[in-house]
Amino acid sequence: MAKNLVIPIGPQHPSLKEPACFTITLEGEKVVNAVVGTGYNHRGLEKACEARTFIQDLYIIERVCGICSHIHSTTFCQAVEELAGVEITRRAAYIRTIMAELERLHSHLLWLGIAGHEVGFDTLLMYSWRDRELVLDVLAALGGNRVNYGINTIGGVRRDVTPELIEQIRKVADIVEERNKYYIQLALSETTLAARLGGIGKLSHDDAIKFGAVGPVSRAAEVPDDIRVTDPYAAYDEVPVTAITDNHADVFGRTVVRVLEIMESVKMIRFCLDNLPEGDIVTKVPRKIPEGEVLIRTEAPRGEDAHYVRSNGTDKPDRVRVRAASEANWHGMKHMLEGDYLADVPIIIAAIDPCYSCTDRAIILDNHDTGEQSVTDWRSLREYSINWYKVRGIDTSKIKIAYSPLIF
Amino acid sequence: MVALFNILVFPGFIFLGVYALLFEFLDRRIYARLQNRMGPPWFQPLADFLKLIGKEAVIPAEADKKVFPALPIFALAAVTTAFLYVPIWSGNSLLPFSGDLIVVLYLLTIPTLTFFLAGWYSTSVYATVGSMRALTQLFSYEVPLFMALLAPALLADSWSISGISQFYAAHPLYILINIPAFVVAIVSCQGKLERVPFDMPEAETEIVSGTFVEYSGRFYAVFRMAIDAELVVVAAIIAAIFLPFFTANPVVGFILFVVKTIIILFILAVFRSVMARIRIEQMVKFCWKYLVPLAIIQIIVNILLKGVLPL
Amino acid sequence: MRKGPGKITGEALRHVFAKPATISYPAGELVIDKNYRGRINFDASKCIGCKLCVRDCPANAITIDNLGTKEEKKMQLTLNYAHCIFCCQCVDSCNKDAISFEPNIELAGTSRKDMIVKL
Repeated sequence: MAKNLVIPIGPQHPSLKEPACFTITLEGEKVVNAVVGTGYNHRGLEKACEARTFIQDLYIIERVCGICSHIHSTTFCQAVEELAGVEITRRAAYIRTIMAELERLHSHLLWLGIAGHEVGFDTLLMYSWRDRELVLDVLAALGGNRVNYGINTIGGVRRDVTPELIEQIRKVADIVEERNKYYIQLALSETTLAARLGGIGKLSHDDAIKFGAVGPVSRAAEVPDDIRVTDPYAAYDEVPVTAITDNHADVFGRTVVRVLEIMESVKMIRFCLDNLPEGDIVTKVPRKIPEGEVLIRTEAPRGEDAHYVRSNGTDKPDRVRVRAASEANWHGMKHMLEGDYLADVPIIIAAIDPCYSCTDRAIILDNHDTGEQSVTDWRSLREYSINWYKVRGIDTSKIKIAYSPLIF
Repeated sequence: MVALFNILVFPGFIFLGVYALLFEFLDRRIYARLQNRMGPPWFQPLADFLKLIGKEAVIPAEADKKVFPALPIFALAAVTTAFLYVPIWSGNSLLPFSGDLIVVLYLLTIPTLTFFLAGWYSTSVYATVGSMRALTQLFSYEVPLFMALLAPALLADSWSISGISQFYAAHPLYILINIPAFVVAIVSCQGKLERVPFDMPEAETEIVSGTFVEYSGRFYAVFRMAIDAELVVVAAIIAAIFLPFFTANPVVGFILFVVKTIIILFILAVFRSVMARIRIEQMVKFCWKYLVPLAIIQIIVNILLKGVLPL
Repeated sequence: MRKGPGKITGEALRHVFAKPATISYPAGELVIDKNYRGRINFDASKCIGCKLCVRDCPANAITIDNLGTKEEKKMQLTLNYAHCIFCCQCVDSCNKDAISFEPNIELAGTSRKDMIVKL
């Protein structure tokens, strides 16, 4: 076989939940080269934030990611509170922590199911998603929605935890803990699962540091990198947190880290419910935020999440920058994919728990062979498209376009 | 006239089609229940089939215009022919002859070969990888499956399915000897039917749907029908060889056939729900390292027993 | 812990005759928590027309019009729930409790025009 087979995984592929393109060069079934292409989902939400007030931005920021929505809005709220010089009440901080840990439960259970699905183990998917549904129900009862809970507001939280809800959360925590013990046992003893997850997608301790991996990817390589421990926010300075690490440094290690983190989260939720302080849940914050800039880091279920907010003294932010966790993990992806089998590509991609549209910002395409970069302006891009269609027998040059002065 | 009725209606084409759809429903329902889900309603396979028939069938520009549409029909025809040699309502099949076991096994290889050709002639990269895997897989499960089905035949000293089941019906205790062969047959027929853990040629999350990625409309509907019918035929053969209980009454015999095949289907459905899909090289290793030696031991044991046991 | 394939078999077989966790929607019974945020309700008599809800709505789904005169107010809230993201910020923003929500989430319609309701 002289020629290597080039397989595009994406932009449309059943194993990818959002568009991204992985160009895989195969030698037999072995991956010899992988090119990661993201940028299909640029939503322009940083710019959209600049055009809206801080209150409205809260709901845009919450929609950065569908799974770690709460942690994004917590980060943004913390940033704005920092700028306004407001300290939230302890009760609000505890409620935020409970939400964040419940979110981690649902995110990790979701990941476990997806990992099962990627390796063709649909029964695991159905079971773990059934258990995740309980967590979603309690999140909906607490926040008001299943996914974008909308519980955070600038200066605290919007809803209080009632005694009935505390009971409900405790019950769900017990069930999830019980079920998760079973999943830990299953992940460690099922041979077909171990055969598919073990030894693939290797990212060693040094590589994890070199590529700047975050979250479970780096913790699976024994890098004790957990913002809840290293830079506590919300109520994590009082809640006992242990950073779970593992020495497998492969997809199996990431699975182990995640299932063990579910146990930790259950413990933390119980601690928060036991030690919930009394008090108000919201502190008044003026609509106009004083001038200044701030960078806040938090630990999302997928890893470190960083928000930069700059205010110019009005009720709208001057600049918002969102660095979601997946963005840090993309860099090691090529290294993880190369040398493994084609069959392992989807599960290796899924193992970083990627979030494509969270990470997609404006991108620069450079030439893969020479590394050259070039900038194309609007007019030459249009000429290129006219020529592209002309070759295919369609003349688009007659179409008039109103050139916006903003673009030139 | 009777022959035409037998071939077209019962137990031939139409009965097999209806039974195959019923089997797909049962398979999906059992699979769903094992996963604590509701599962589809009874008419779902039929609805899927009719919907596919009504859809536009696209032949890729690069594909072979003659071979591409013909392959699904080859697959279905081979499976339907194989069904005529399987006993249904009594110990005898419709057209038993000495050596029909071999013929059926080879007829059942044809669908796999058409899957390979389908992938190859589609010329899509996913389909090409899928067809490579289908062929690699064929070489690993075919040998243990053949040996597992031939071991009982050696003991029964008959090369026809009807002959084998009649022998074991006369000597029911000898079935227990063939339990290792039964296990090997169940495991390797998962590979033949391309089901988890051996569904690499289709592997939706890896290579989209492998060999069938370019198939659509009525071509795909026929392929789906062929796969369902293959499930029925394989279950019926395993039931005939390893569970040879039948009565003289054709109605009771038919009910017994349904019960036996559903038991086999249940085992297959449990098998597919409790494991992850393994990699192709892991499968080849598994088949040649564990299944083939087990089947060889079974054959040696059966040959030795044949000399010892009073037959 | 003993390793082996098919470790989930016992668990799976237990579920064959158990009650399924899913329902055959829309036939089954849907359980929705009372705290769930659905479509909003509007109490025109309480509204003073400050339009804080309009200002805070992130999706620009709300408009408030005064159908009466300045002295005799008759407020009307027009909600486009195809735009609404069900965050209920309007409920929090309203100082007079004129807007409330109910757990009504089955709002699908066949036309975009049906999605614009006057409350």
